[in-house]
Amino acid sequence: MSGLAFLIPIALGLGMLGLAAFFWAMKRGQFEDLDGAAQRILIDDEEDER
Amino acid sequence: MNAPLALDTQGSMPLRDSRFTVPGMRCAGCISKIERGLAKLEGVDAARVNFSAKRVAVRHHDRLGEDDLIEAIAAIGFEAQPVADNPMARDDRESAALMRALAVAGFGMMNIMLLSVSVWSGAEGVTRDLFHWLSAMIALPVVAYAGRPFFASAAMALRHRRTNMDVPISIGVLLATGLSLYETIAGTGHAYFDSAVMLLFFLLAGRALDATMRNRTRAGIGALLSRMGRSAMVLDESGAHRTVAAEDLERGMLMIVAAGEALAADGVIEEGETTLDNAMLTGESAPQAARVGDTVYAGAINLGNAVRVRVTEAASDTALAGIARLMDEAGQSRSHYVRIADRASRLYAPAVHSLALLAFAGWMIAGAGWYQSLVIAIAVLIITCPCAMGLAVPAAQVVASGALARNGLLVKDGSALERLAEIDTALFDKTGTLTVGEPVPALGHLTDRQAAIALALARTSRHPLSKSITRALEGRGVQPVDLSGVQETGGNGVSAVFGGIAVALTRPDTDGFRIATGLRIGDEVTNIAFDDPVRHDAQATLDELAAAGIESAVVSGDRAGPVSAVAGDLGLEWKAELHPDAKLAHIEKLKSARHRPLMVGDGINDGPALAAAHASIAPGSASDVSQQAADAVFLGRSLRPVVLAVRVARRTMRIVRQNFTFAIVYNVFAVPLALAGLVTPLIAAVAMSLSSLVVVGNSLRLARAAQ
Repeated sequence: MSGLAFLIPIALGLGMLGLAAFFWAMKRGQFEDLDGAAQRILIDDEEDER
Repeated sequence: MNAPLALDTQGSMPLRDSRFTVPGMRCAGCISKIERGLAKLEGVDAARVNFSAKRVAVRHHDRLGEDDLIEAIAAIGFEAQPVADNPMARDDRESAALMRALAVAGFGMMNIMLLSVSVWSGAEGVTRDLFHWLSAMIALPVVAYAGRPFFASAAMALRHRRTNMDVPISIGVLLATGLSLYETIAGTGHAYFDSAVMLLFFLLAGRALDATMRNRTRAGIGALLSRMGRSAMVLDESGAHRTVAAEDLERGMLMIVAAGEALAADGVIEEGETTLDNAMLTGESAPQAARVGDTVYAGAINLGNAVRVRVTEAASDTALAGIARLMDEAGQSRSHYVRIADRASRLYAPAVHSLALLAFAGWMIAGAGWYQSLVIAIAVLIITCPCAMGLAVPAAQVVASGALARNGLLVKDGSALERLAEIDTALFDKTGTLTVGEPVPALGHLTDRQAAIALALARTSRHPLSKSITRALEGRGVQPVDLSGVQETGGNGVSAVFGGIAVALTRPDTDGFRIATGLRIGDEVTNIAFDDPVRHDAQATLDELAAAGIESAVVSGDRAGPVSAVAGDLGLEWKAELHPDAKLAHIEKLKSARHRPLMVGDGINDGPALAAAHASIAPGSASDVSQQAADAVFLGRSLRPVVLAVRVARRTMRIVRQNFTFAIVYNVFAVPLALAGLVTPLIAAVAMSLSSLVVVGNSLRLARAAQ
């Protein structure tokens, strides 16, 4: 039973971490352009720039 | 290189953000071309393309105007229009709030379930109490946060003395949470935090799906809407120019309208001579000449020379705004349409409330004590308001609208799908709806040399007729010749010199009935006639509609001759020379005869009819106002999306009804159990998840419906 004292806070902490990550991602606009993200992977890096 | 392009120029100039819609973006190449091209521009700090919304946001120095940026984007090869200050912000915020609530509810659900499973599998005594306390600590903030959309909507309904789906949901969730809290404090061994939070999670999933569908379509349509003039260059008495927003224009001001600009107000031309594209108002693609003294209307696009226009009517007094008002009024009747979920809840909510009340009263009379009676009443409330009910409609509609969008039809919201499923008559406008709406030149009689010269001339001009000649000739692989001294004069066409001979695309040598242009080489003039051909699959589409039991007819504002020709070819009834209000009256007549008409039209003259019809569809080439009024917009040159829309809408409603039937059958089994007091939290949780999965699975069958 003493394991619970560790395991429950860990479980909650991990859940909170996921939730915080999701909120952060939403705030940073990671979900605003889902189609664009799929297309951008096809863009070649240009060597002559920067 | 996938990060936003930021040129770190720490200038002291104030920076501004501008947004443009760029409907022409189609691929990864377009994204990088626009972003890199703009970033190279002096004074641009950063450019970021939003591909889903077909928009580009530019952060730039104050001295760089919107016009400069539009020009820059045009130089890169895309047509751009400024977007007013983020009109979608409200919708975006709403769906973002729903997503956040969904995430919080999901977090709470998972953790509380973890604890509940331990309790069900036999945790006893102190451990169980600890788990209940932990659940309470998670559930209270989660319910408070994730329940807000429901509580707010329920409170709103109650304030107006109505009831909706959210009322039983809110009561159920609040009672379950309150009672569980009481039990946790009293240490009696039961808690229903898991049921309450799980219910919230699944209902939020339904809402979030609904919002996603609305936003996706609006982004698509928003990219199409663009043309109305938003500001004008005004010349005051001192001779100074300034830019005035369309809503601030006043009668008597003098506007300078440059070539390519849209008029922002109605007015009379005071100086200059030009041709105007009135497609926005009339849907008619042929440009019209305008001279000093002519009245011109807001929304028209200046194709020729810069003109000075004295404003006669501005802002909400323009002809355009007048038609928009007529449409608004016509659209009122549609807002009385009651969506199927609300119709269901009108019967359902009172039934659920009385059942729960009866359960409570019954068990009290049976002597179960107020506490046990209350537990049973809550079980009834929760189990009769299953996730299946919340998901039944949005799940099916989201899948269906996704399937339609892949086939080039954007449906604005779920209620549109419901109304499309009910129509029994279809009315089509002619120009731009049954026909392609753009003039197609007949070029068969041109020699190779003539074609090459015509292409070289046409591609220098942005006149609609020239554009269509360019498209047609380039499509045939004609190589243009080299010209010198190209000149375009408004209303008179393009002229140039080719190998010492004067060549021109100009007025035809006959003043005929049809649209035509003349190709002059030296002294010899060859006429090029234009046709507006019927969409290639119009006949097949109409046959399919007839097979689906829908009668079609043509209602047009055009003259009887052309209308009867097209209608005769397609074997349809027709009415010609109808004004906007006559079209509206025709729709009203059909509606009062208990028909459910579908209106398909593109011009602003169809606007009131589109708004009044039971359901309406507009082509993507339609005027902005018509696209706003229509329930759905189809893209491309095919008419087939119209019949597809009706068919998919009908299948969707069949699936929705199946989902409801399932939910009712589920209730028939679950409610007696709940009334008998046999439903434990475990049964409720399993039943809820299962019923949701069945409903979502059933709805997913629609993904292939549009094939």
